[in-house]
Amino acid sequence: MDGEIVEALFRREFGRVVSTLTRIFGPRHLALAEDVAQDALIKALQLWPHRGVPANPAAWLILVARNLALDSLRREASLAAKADEIARALSPAATTPEVIDDQLAMMFLCCHPEIPRDGGIALTLKTVCGFGTGEIARAFLIQETAAAQRIVRAKKLIRERDLRFELPDHALPAERLDAVLETLYLMFNEGYASGGDQLLRRDLCEEAIRLARLTAGHAATRAPECDALLALFLLQSAREPARVDERGDLFLLRDQDRSRWDEARIAEGIVRLGRSASGDRLTRYHLEAGIAAEHAAAPDFASTNWVSIAEQYERLHELNPSPVVALNRAVALAQAQGAAVGLRELEKIELHPALERYHLLPAAMGALWREMGDAAAAERYFKRALACECSAPERRHLERQLAELTGAGVPGGKAAKQ
Amino acid sequence: MNQYLLILRNDPAVFHQMSPQQIQQVFAKYAAWRMRMQEAGRLVGGNKLEDSTGRVLTAGPSSGMRITDGPFAESKEVIGGYFMVTADSYEDAVELCRDCAHLEYGAVEVRRVEKI
Repeated sequence: MDGEIVEALFRREFGRVVSTLTRIFGPRHLALAEDVAQDALIKALQLWPHRGVPANPAAWLILVARNLALDSLRREASLAAKADEIARALSPAATTPEVIDDQLAMMFLCCHPEIPRDGGIALTLKTVCGFGTGEIARAFLIQETAAAQRIVRAKKLIRERDLRFELPDHALPAERLDAVLETLYLMFNEGYASGGDQLLRRDLCEEAIRLARLTAGHAATRAPECDALLALFLLQSAREPARVDERGDLFLLRDQDRSRWDEARIAEGIVRLGRSASGDRLTRYHLEAGIAAEHAAAPDFASTNWVSIAEQYERLHELNPSPVVALNRAVALAQAQGAAVGLRELEKIELHPALERYHLLPAAMGALWREMGDAAAAERYFKRALACECSAPERRHLERQLAELTGAGVPGGKAAKQ
Repeated sequence: MNQYLLILRNDPAVFHQMSPQQIQQVFAKYAAWRMRMQEAGRLVGGNKLEDSTGRVLTAGPSSGMRITDGPFAESKEVIGGYFMVTADSYEDAVELCRDCAHLEYGAVEVRRVEKI
């Protein structure tokens, strides 16, 4: 009977073939590696309708890729000596550690500090994760030509600078690891954002998690900050089942049905967070994961440990003094120490140009003024928030608070990042 | 019931524009179509034809044969393969092709095998 095709099989095998062939051919021949991988998938599309799905589709793809790679050696004289290596490495029996090593090394190549970050993400998604250029463009809300250009430039830099494909056997320089972690962080955040193709965004998050796991699990690349990053991904993505309502809009964190949160993910996230406490580097990932852990541990919004969250935002602000971090810190302080304290902090950043169109600032101030009993100020701020771009659930939440101002509304609604 | 030949034509370049995920999705559609055809007992046979090889033969000078290589992938459209199916009529054969995944990237030419 026909074999089973698991989800994302073709993407996975594409990434595996490209990574292994880039090692064997060398990074200068990355385009050839991609061609071989793509041709193997095309063969499947053309042959399987006539022959049926093979019993082991992944093995079939690897064997066909091997044959195509061996064929390509005839056209590329400089690679003729690689035949044995190809035959051994592209075999269904090739062991998992080798396969993982190749993908990790490929990722480190794509995330080389000499490659601009957006090119590195695009190239990682294309070569290690098997996303198409169109899919990458949609994920980042750019034109397909722009995505293609980022990839072309990244490949050009690899050739021109003769960048290496290797996992170091001595300690990895922090700069190299940081580049990879930053890339994965950006990848996950893009996937975690709302709007557009939800399935594609979910796939982005899952790929970021998969690669973070590989990085955290490998002797050459593991580090406490890898565990911190993975913890952050797990704890945030655990909320996914509760994030979206029937309309496809996001639920605010305060409104999410926490019984839907993925407990297994939260449990693993907490374990990873624990492991990340070793070592002497405190990174933004540690703090963001710590904050996510506080949310995960709280039965509801009101009984969250806001004191701890505010402290962690304080330290995060020291590492990364962005106005958004200051805003989140102020909101947490308001929860922990009361509206007056929160307002004082928010007034310090109220006029920051980066926050001009950011609805969460006036939304937070409106809610706090309402709590202080100043309905006129609250109304002013809610209206200012509504004038900014905000999502439908945020809009509804603001309108509800505005309406309650005119009645005898119960105080206690503060918009918070979900 | 007659036999109908489904000639599968496409631009060979089209596959290189598809992402791995798209290829898998199109294939899933193809697999479902193939299963339906088999379960209905309509699929007689079929094959993929080799890319980029072929010969074109015509009568040559002095009762010989003119042989040229081709037709080739430089052409915008090649015959990638074929299916032989059974159907009651052209309408029936066309209906069988309605959800054939080949249409996602190419054209299907339907020709009835002549019965004497």
